[in-house]
Amino acid sequence: MSTTTTRTPTAPEKPATEKPGGTLYRGREGMWSWVLHRITGVAIFFFLLVHILDTSLVRVSPEAYNAVIAAYQTPIMGLGEVALVGAIVFHAYNGIRVILVDFWSWATRNQKVLFYVVIGLWVLTMLAFTPRHLINVFSH
Amino acid sequence: MTTATLENTSAGSADAAIQSFTVTFLIRRYDPEVDSEPRWQDFDVEMYATDRVLDALHKIKWEQDGSLTFRRSCAHGICGSDAMRINGRNRLACKTLIKDLDISKPIYVEAIKGLPLEKDLVVDMEPFFASYREVQPFLQARTTPEPGKERIQDVASRARFDDTTKCILCAACTSSCPVFWTDGQYFGPAAIVNAHRFIFDSRDDEAKVRLDILNDKEGVWRCRTTFNCTDACPRGIEVTKAIAEVKQAIMRGKP
Repeated sequence: MSTTTTRTPTAPEKPATEKPGGTLYRGREGMWSWVLHRITGVAIFFFLLVHILDTSLVRVSPEAYNAVIAAYQTPIMGLGEVALVGAIVFHAYNGIRVILVDFWSWATRNQKVLFYVVIGLWVLTMLAFTPRHLINVFSH
Repeated sequence: MTTATLENTSAGSADAAIQSFTVTFLIRRYDPEVDSEPRWQDFDVEMYATDRVLDALHKIKWEQDGSLTFRRSCAHGICGSDAMRINGRNRLACKTLIKDLDISKPIYVEAIKGLPLEKDLVVDMEPFFASYREVQPFLQARTTPEPGKERIQDVASRARFDDTTKCILCAACTSSCPVFWTDGQYFGPAAIVNAHRFIFDSRDDEAKVRLDILNDKEGVWRCRTTFNCTDACPRGIEVTKAIAEVKQAIMRGKP
Protein backbone atom coordinates (compact mmCIF):
# COMPACT_ATOMS: atom_id res chain seq x y z
CA MET A 1 0.00 0.00 0.00
CA SER A 2 1.33 3.39 -0.94
CA THR A 3 -0.63 5.22 1.74
CA THR A 4 0.98 3.49 4.73
CA THR A 5 3.21 6.43 5.66
CA THR A 6 0.82 9.29 4.88
CA ARG A 7 -1.79 10.59 7.28
CA THR A 8 -5.21 11.17 5.82
CA PRO A 9 -6.64 14.69 5.97
CA THR A 10 -10.02 13.27 7.04
CA ALA A 11 -8.63 12.65 10.50
CA PRO A 12 -7.88 16.04 12.06
CA GLU A 13 -5.59 15.98 15.04
CA LYS A 14 -6.78 16.98 18.50
CA PRO A 15 -4.88 19.73 20.29
CA ALA A 16 -1.79 18.28 21.87
CA THR A 17 -2.82 19.68 25.23
CA GLU A 18 -5.63 17.16 25.57
CA LYS A 19 -4.45 14.44 27.95
CA PRO A 20 -0.85 14.38 26.70
CA GLY A 21 0.17 11.73 29.19
CA GLY A 22 -2.68 9.37 28.36
CA THR A 23 -5.95 8.95 30.23
CA LEU A 24 -6.14 8.32 33.95
CA TYR A 25 -6.58 4.59 34.57
CA ARG A 26 -10.20 4.07 35.54
CA GLY A 27 -9.75 1.72 38.44
CA ARG A 28 -12.70 0.79 40.62
CA GLU A 29 -13.28 0.64 44.40
CA GLY A 30 -10.13 -1.40 45.03
CA MET A 31 -7.83 1.09 43.36
CA TRP A 32 -9.40 4.16 45.00
CA SER A 33 -9.32 2.55 48.42
CA TRP A 34 -5.60 1.95 47.86
CA VAL A 35 -5.08 5.58 46.75
CA LEU A 36 -6.90 6.88 49.84
CA HIS A 37 -5.02 4.44 52.06
CA ARG A 38 -1.70 5.70 50.70
CA ILE A 39 -2.63 9.40 51.02
CA THR A 40 -3.97 9.03 54.58
CA GLY A 41 -0.95 6.87 55.49
CA VAL A 42 1.56 9.49 54.33
CA ALA A 43 -0.45 12.25 56.04
CA ILE A 44 -0.50 10.35 59.34
CA PHE A 45 3.25 9.73 59.03
CA PHE A 46 3.95 13.45 58.79
CA PHE A 47 1.63 14.15 61.71
CA LEU A 48 3.45 11.58 63.86
CA LEU A 49 6.81 13.10 62.87
CA VAL A 50 5.67 16.55 64.05
CA HIS A 51 3.99 15.04 67.11
CA ILE A 52 7.22 13.32 68.24
CA LEU A 53 9.09 16.59 67.77
CA ASP A 54 6.58 18.67 69.78
CA THR A 55 6.37 16.09 72.55
CA SER A 56 10.16 15.91 72.83
CA LEU A 57 10.17 19.68 73.36
CA VAL A 58 9.15 19.03 76.98
CA ARG A 59 12.71 17.74 77.53
CA VAL A 60 14.11 21.00 76.09
CA SER A 61 11.98 23.38 78.13
CA PRO A 62 8.47 23.14 79.58
CA GLU A 63 7.77 26.74 78.46
CA ALA A 64 8.50 25.93 74.81
CA TYR A 65 6.28 22.85 75.11
CA ASN A 66 3.42 24.90 76.57
CA ALA A 67 3.76 27.49 73.79
CA VAL A 68 3.46 24.81 71.11
CA ILE A 69 0.50 23.10 72.79
CA ALA A 70 -1.23 26.49 73.11
CA ALA A 71 -0.85 26.90 69.35
CA TYR A 72 -2.62 23.55 68.92
CA GLN A 73 -5.66 24.83 70.77
CA THR A 74 -6.54 27.43 68.14
CA PRO A 75 -9.71 26.83 66.03
CA ILE A 76 -7.63 26.29 62.86
CA MET A 77 -5.78 23.42 64.51
CA GLY A 78 -9.14 22.21 65.82
CA LEU A 79 -10.36 21.87 62.22
CA GLY A 80 -7.05 20.20 61.36
CA GLU A 81 -7.77 17.65 64.06
CA VAL A 82 -11.04 16.76 62.31
CA ALA A 83 -9.01 16.04 59.15
CA LEU A 84 -6.46 14.05 61.19
CA VAL A 85 -9.12 11.92 62.88
CA GLY A 86 -10.81 11.44 59.49
CA ALA A 87 -7.54 10.16 58.00
CA ILE A 88 -6.81 7.87 60.93
CA VAL A 89 -10.33 6.44 61.03
CA PHE A 90 -10.27 5.66 57.29
CA HIS A 91 -6.78 4.18 57.50
CA ALA A 92 -7.79 2.02 60.45
CA TYR A 93 -11.01 0.65 58.96
CA ASN A 94 -9.48 0.16 55.53
CA GLY A 95 -6.46 -1.50 57.14
CA ILE A 96 -8.81 -4.10 58.63
CA ARG A 97 -10.37 -4.50 55.17
CA VAL A 98 -6.93 -5.09 53.60
CA ILE A 99 -6.08 -7.72 56.25
CA LEU A 100 -9.38 -9.51 55.60
CA VAL A 101 -8.84 -9.34 51.83
CA ASP A 102 -5.43 -10.99 52.26
CA PHE A 103 -6.49 -13.76 54.63
CA TRP A 104 -10.13 -14.60 53.96
CA SER A 105 -11.22 -15.71 50.50
CA TRP A 106 -14.80 -14.49 51.04
CA ALA A 107 -13.42 -10.99 51.62
CA THR A 108 -11.24 -11.25 48.52
CA ARG A 109 -14.36 -11.95 46.46
CA ASN A 110 -16.45 -9.27 48.19
CA GLN A 111 -13.87 -6.51 48.55
CA LYS A 112 -16.19 -3.96 46.90
CA VAL A 113 -18.89 -4.54 49.52
CA LEU A 114 -16.26 -4.23 52.24
CA PHE A 115 -15.09 -0.92 50.76
CA TYR A 116 -18.59 0.50 51.14
CA VAL A 117 -18.75 -0.93 54.67
CA VAL A 118 -15.53 0.99 55.41
CA ILE A 119 -17.03 4.19 53.98
CA GLY A 120 -20.23 3.65 56.00
CA LEU A 121 -18.35 3.07 59.24
CA TRP A 122 -16.19 6.12 58.51
CA VAL A 123 -19.27 8.32 58.03
CA LEU A 124 -20.82 6.99 61.25
CA THR A 125 -17.65 7.56 63.26
CA MET A 126 -17.18 11.05 61.87
CA LEU A 127 -20.83 11.94 62.52
CA ALA A 128 -20.34 10.97 66.15
CA PHE A 129 -16.96 12.66 66.53
CA THR A 130 -17.13 15.91 64.56
CA PRO A 131 -20.03 17.78 66.34
CA ARG A 132 -18.73 16.87 69.80
CA HIS A 133 -15.20 17.90 68.87
CA LEU A 134 -16.20 21.19 67.22
CA ILE A 135 -18.30 22.15 70.25
CA ASN A 136 -15.17 21.68 72.37
CA VAL A 137 -13.01 23.65 69.94
CA PHE A 138 -15.30 26.65 69.59
CA SER A 139 -16.67 26.88 73.15
CA HIS A 140 -13.28 27.22 74.91
CA MET B 1 -31.95 -24.82 -2.36
CA THR B 2 -35.20 -23.11 -1.59
CA THR B 3 -34.20 -22.69 2.03
CA ALA B 4 -30.97 -21.06 0.92
CA THR B 5 -32.91 -18.50 -1.12
CA LEU B 6 -35.24 -17.83 1.76
CA GLU B 7 -32.33 -17.34 4.13
CA ASN B 8 -30.72 -14.93 1.71
CA THR B 9 -33.76 -12.72 1.43
CA SER B 10 -34.42 -12.70 5.15
CA ALA B 11 -30.77 -11.92 5.84
CA GLY B 12 -30.93 -9.11 3.28
CA SER B 13 -33.96 -7.44 4.82
CA ALA B 14 -32.54 -7.90 8.31
CA ASP B 15 -29.34 -6.17 7.18
CA ALA B 16 -31.27 -3.14 6.00
CA ALA B 17 -33.09 -2.91 9.31
CA ILE B 18 -29.95 -3.00 11.47
CA GLN B 19 -28.99 0.50 12.48
CA SER B 20 -25.41 1.67 12.23
CA PHE B 21 -23.79 4.48 14.22
CA THR B 22 -20.96 6.90 13.61
CA VAL B 23 -18.54 6.32 16.45
CA THR B 24 -15.63 8.63 17.19
CA PHE B 25 -12.40 6.99 18.25
CA LEU B 26 -9.61 8.97 19.89
CA ILE B 27 -6.46 6.96 19.45
CA ARG B 28 -3.17 7.74 21.15
CA ARG B 29 -0.66 7.63 18.30
CA TYR B 30 3.09 7.50 18.55
CA ASP B 31 5.53 7.08 15.68
CA PRO B 32 9.07 7.04 17.07
CA GLU B 33 10.45 8.23 13.71
CA VAL B 34 8.28 11.36 13.61
CA ASP B 35 6.86 12.14 17.06
CA SER B 36 8.78 13.16 20.13
CA GLU B 37 5.65 12.68 22.26
CA PRO B 38 2.52 10.56 21.79
CA ARG B 39 -0.45 12.50 20.40
CA TRP B 40 -4.21 11.95 20.15
CA GLN B 41 -5.84 11.54 16.76
CA ASP B 42 -9.55 11.11 16.13
CA PHE B 43 -11.31 8.92 13.58
CA ASP B 44 -15.00 8.64 12.73
CA VAL B 45 -16.03 5.09 11.95
CA GLU B 46 -19.40 3.67 10.88
CA MET B 47 -20.14 0.82 13.28
CA TYR B 48 -22.87 -1.64 14.25
CA ALA B 49 -23.74 -2.33 17.87
CA THR B 50 -22.43 -5.88 17.51
CA ASP B 51 -19.05 -4.77 16.15
CA ARG B 52 -15.99 -4.88 18.34
CA VAL B 53 -13.36 -2.23 18.96
CA LEU B 54 -11.00 -4.41 16.94
CA ASP B 55 -13.32 -4.05 13.93
CA ALA B 56 -13.06 -0.29 14.28
CA LEU B 57 -9.25 -0.47 14.37
CA HIS B 58 -9.36 -2.67 11.23
CA LYS B 59 -11.65 -0.20 9.46
CA ILE B 60 -9.36 2.69 10.35
CA LYS B 61 -6.26 0.82 9.22
CA TRP B 62 -7.83 -0.50 6.02
CA GLU B 63 -9.91 2.50 4.96
CA GLN B 64 -8.56 5.65 6.63
CA ASP B 65 -4.98 5.46 7.83
CA GLY B 66 -2.81 2.47 6.98
CA SER B 67 -0.07 3.60 9.33
CA LEU B 68 -2.13 2.76 12.44
CA THR B 69 -0.15 0.06 14.25
CA PHE B 70 -1.58 -2.51 16.64
CA ARG B 71 -1.19 -6.21 17.43
CA ARG B 72 -3.86 -8.82 16.84
CA SER B 73 -3.62 -12.44 15.90
CA CYS B 74 -6.63 -14.68 16.42
CA ALA B 75 -9.13 -11.83 16.91
CA HIS B 76 -11.26 -14.12 19.08
CA GLY B 77 -10.02 -13.50 22.60
CA ILE B 78 -7.63 -16.39 22.98
CA CYS B 79 -4.20 -15.33 21.65
CA GLY B 80 -3.82 -12.36 23.99
CA SER B 81 -2.32 -10.01 21.39
CA ASP B 82 -4.67 -7.05 21.46
CA ALA B 83 -4.82 -5.94 25.07
CA MET B 84 -5.14 -2.16 25.13
CA ARG B 85 -6.58 0.62 27.30
CA ILE B 86 -10.14 1.28 26.10
CA ASN B 87 -11.84 4.22 27.83
CA GLY B 88 -9.24 4.07 30.57
CA ARG B 89 -9.50 0.36 31.33
CA ASN B 90 -7.44 -2.55 30.07
CA ARG B 91 -9.52 -4.68 27.71
CA LEU B 92 -9.06 -6.96 24.72
CA ALA B 93 -10.10 -5.01 21.61
CA CYS B 94 -11.55 -8.23 20.16
CA LYS B 95 -13.82 -8.81 23.17
CA THR B 96 -15.12 -5.26 23.65
CA LEU B 97 -18.42 -4.72 21.86
CA ILE B 98 -19.56 -1.29 20.67
CA LYS B 99 -22.95 -1.82 22.36
CA ASP B 100 -21.20 -2.02 25.74
CA LEU B 101 -19.55 1.39 25.28
CA ASP B 102 -21.03 4.88 25.56
CA ILE B 103 -20.83 6.01 21.93
CA SER B 104 -22.28 9.46 22.63
CA LYS B 105 -18.72 10.32 23.68
CA PRO B 106 -15.47 9.54 21.87
CA ILE B 107 -13.94 6.18 22.69
CA TYR B 108 -10.39 6.50 23.95
CA VAL B 109 -7.97 3.81 22.80
CA GLU B 110 -4.35 3.77 23.92
CA ALA B 111 -1.54 1.32 24.56
CA ILE B 112 -1.29 -0.56 27.86
CA LYS B 113 0.63 1.26 30.57
CA GLY B 114 3.92 0.43 32.26
CA LEU B 115 5.66 -1.27 29.33
CA PRO B 116 7.89 0.65 26.86
CA LEU B 117 5.80 2.15 24.06
CA GLU B 118 7.11 1.16 20.63
CA LYS B 119 4.54 2.49 18.17
CA ASP B 120 0.87 3.52 18.44
CA LEU B 121 -0.79 0.65 20.37
CA VAL B 122 2.24 -1.65 20.37
CA VAL B 123 4.42 -1.98 23.49
CA ASP B 124 7.60 -3.96 24.16
CA MET B 125 6.36 -7.09 25.95
CA GLU B 126 9.85 -8.38 26.83
CA PRO B 127 9.90 -7.21 30.50
CA PHE B 128 6.52 -8.92 30.91
CA PHE B 129 7.71 -12.23 29.46
CA ALA B 130 11.01 -12.00 31.37
CA SER B 131 9.18 -12.13 34.72
CA TYR B 132 6.92 -14.87 33.32
CA ARG B 133 9.99 -17.02 32.51
CA GLU B 134 11.46 -16.34 35.95
CA VAL B 135 8.69 -18.21 37.81
CA GLN B 136 9.42 -21.45 35.89
CA PRO B 137 5.99 -21.86 34.31
CA PHE B 138 6.35 -25.51 33.31
CA LEU B 139 5.74 -28.89 34.96
CA GLN B 140 8.70 -30.18 36.99
CA ALA B 141 8.06 -33.66 38.35
CA ARG B 142 10.75 -35.72 40.08
CA THR B 143 8.91 -39.01 39.55
CA THR B 144 8.17 -40.63 36.23
CA PRO B 145 4.68 -42.01 35.65
CA GLU B 146 4.24 -45.74 35.06
CA PRO B 147 5.09 -46.60 31.45
CA GLY B 148 2.09 -45.98 29.24
CA LYS B 149 0.17 -44.19 32.02
CA GLU B 150 -0.59 -40.55 32.67
CA ARG B 151 -0.03 -38.74 35.97
CA ILE B 152 -3.20 -39.30 37.97
CA GLN B 153 -4.90 -36.32 39.56
CA ASP B 154 -8.26 -36.30 41.28
CA VAL B 155 -10.95 -33.76 40.49
CA ALA B 156 -10.50 -31.78 43.70
CA SER B 157 -6.74 -31.38 43.13
CA ARG B 158 -7.35 -30.22 39.58
CA ALA B 159 -9.98 -27.72 40.72
CA ARG B 160 -7.46 -26.02 43.03
CA PHE B 161 -5.63 -24.34 40.17
CA ASP B 162 -8.32 -24.45 37.48
CA ASP B 163 -8.84 -20.67 37.49
CA THR B 164 -5.18 -19.87 36.78
CA THR B 165 -4.93 -22.29 33.83
CA LYS B 166 -7.05 -19.85 31.81
CA CYS B 167 -4.34 -17.19 31.43
CA ILE B 168 -3.60 -16.12 27.84
CA LEU B 169 -0.62 -13.85 28.71
CA CYS B 170 -2.21 -10.71 27.25
CA ALA B 171 -0.63 -8.50 29.98
CA ALA B 172 -3.94 -6.73 30.69
CA CYS B 173 -3.56 -7.50 34.41
CA THR B 174 0.13 -6.66 34.79
CA SER B 175 -0.23 -3.37 32.93
CA SER B 176 -3.28 -2.38 35.02
CA CYS B 177 -1.30 -2.65 38.26
CA PRO B 178 -0.32 0.70 39.87
CA VAL B 179 2.62 -1.03 41.56
CA PHE B 180 3.92 -2.31 38.21
CA TRP B 181 3.63 1.16 36.60
CA THR B 182 5.99 2.69 39.14
CA ASP B 183 8.15 -0.34 39.99
CA GLY B 184 9.29 -2.22 36.89
CA GLN B 185 11.02 -4.84 39.07
CA TYR B 186 7.73 -6.22 40.42
CA PHE B 187 6.88 -9.65 38.96
CA GLY B 188 3.37 -8.49 38.18
CA PRO B 189 0.03 -10.34 38.44
CA ALA B 190 0.44 -12.46 35.30
CA ALA B 191 3.72 -14.06 36.43
CA ILE B 192 2.21 -14.83 39.85
CA VAL B 193 -0.93 -16.30 38.24
CA ASN B 194 1.23 -18.63 36.15
CA ALA B 195 3.34 -19.56 39.17
CA HIS B 196 0.06 -20.29 41.05
CA ARG B 197 -0.96 -22.66 38.24
CA PHE B 198 2.07 -24.91 38.97
CA ILE B 199 2.50 -24.26 42.71
CA PHE B 200 -0.94 -25.75 43.40
CA ASP B 201 -0.62 -28.58 40.84
CA SER B 202 -0.30 -31.86 42.77
CA ARG B 203 1.74 -33.39 39.88
CA ASP B 204 4.47 -30.75 40.22
CA ASP B 205 7.30 -31.15 42.75
CA GLU B 206 9.03 -27.77 42.61
CA ALA B 207 6.39 -25.60 44.34
CA LYS B 208 8.94 -24.72 47.03
CA VAL B 209 11.34 -23.26 44.44
CA ARG B 210 8.62 -21.03 42.99
CA LEU B 211 7.45 -19.95 46.44
CA ASP B 212 11.07 -18.98 47.22
CA ILE B 213 11.28 -16.96 44.00
CA LEU B 214 8.06 -15.11 44.83
CA ASN B 215 8.96 -14.62 48.52
CA ASP B 216 10.95 -11.56 47.55
CA LYS B 217 10.76 -7.81 48.05
CA GLU B 218 9.64 -7.58 44.42
CA GLY B 219 7.52 -10.74 44.65
CA VAL B 220 3.98 -11.27 45.95
CA TRP B 221 4.50 -8.87 48.87
CA ARG B 222 4.46 -5.94 46.43
CA CYS B 223 0.76 -6.64 45.80
CA ARG B 224 -1.39 -3.88 47.33
CA THR B 225 -4.73 -5.54 46.51
CA THR B 226 -6.03 -2.78 44.23
CA PHE B 227 -8.02 -5.39 42.26
CA ASN B 228 -7.30 -3.62 38.97
CA CYS B 229 -5.93 -6.94 37.67
CA THR B 230 -9.07 -8.89 38.58
CA ASP B 231 -11.19 -6.26 36.85
CA ALA B 232 -8.98 -6.20 33.75
CA CYS B 233 -8.60 -9.94 33.15
CA PRO B 234 -10.44 -10.83 29.90
CA ARG B 235 -10.59 -14.47 31.02
CA GLY B 236 -12.30 -13.66 34.30
CA ILE B 237 -9.45 -15.03 36.44
CA GLU B 238 -9.67 -13.91 40.07
CA VAL B 239 -6.11 -12.64 39.91
CA THR B 240 -5.94 -10.93 43.30
CA LYS B 241 -7.37 -14.04 44.95
CA ALA B 242 -4.68 -16.18 43.28
CA ILE B 243 -1.99 -13.79 44.55
CA ALA B 244 -3.49 -13.95 48.07
CA GLU B 245 -3.35 -17.77 47.91
CA VAL B 246 0.33 -17.64 46.95
CA LYS B 247 0.99 -15.23 49.86
CA GLN B 248 -0.65 -17.68 52.24
CA ALA B 249 1.25 -20.64 50.74
CA ILE B 250 4.54 -18.79 51.36
CA MET B 251 3.54 -18.20 55.00
CA ARG B 252 2.61 -21.89 55.41
CA GLY B 253 5.80 -22.93 53.63
CA LYS B 254 3.90 -25.32 51.39
CA PRO B 255 1.09 -25.10 48.79
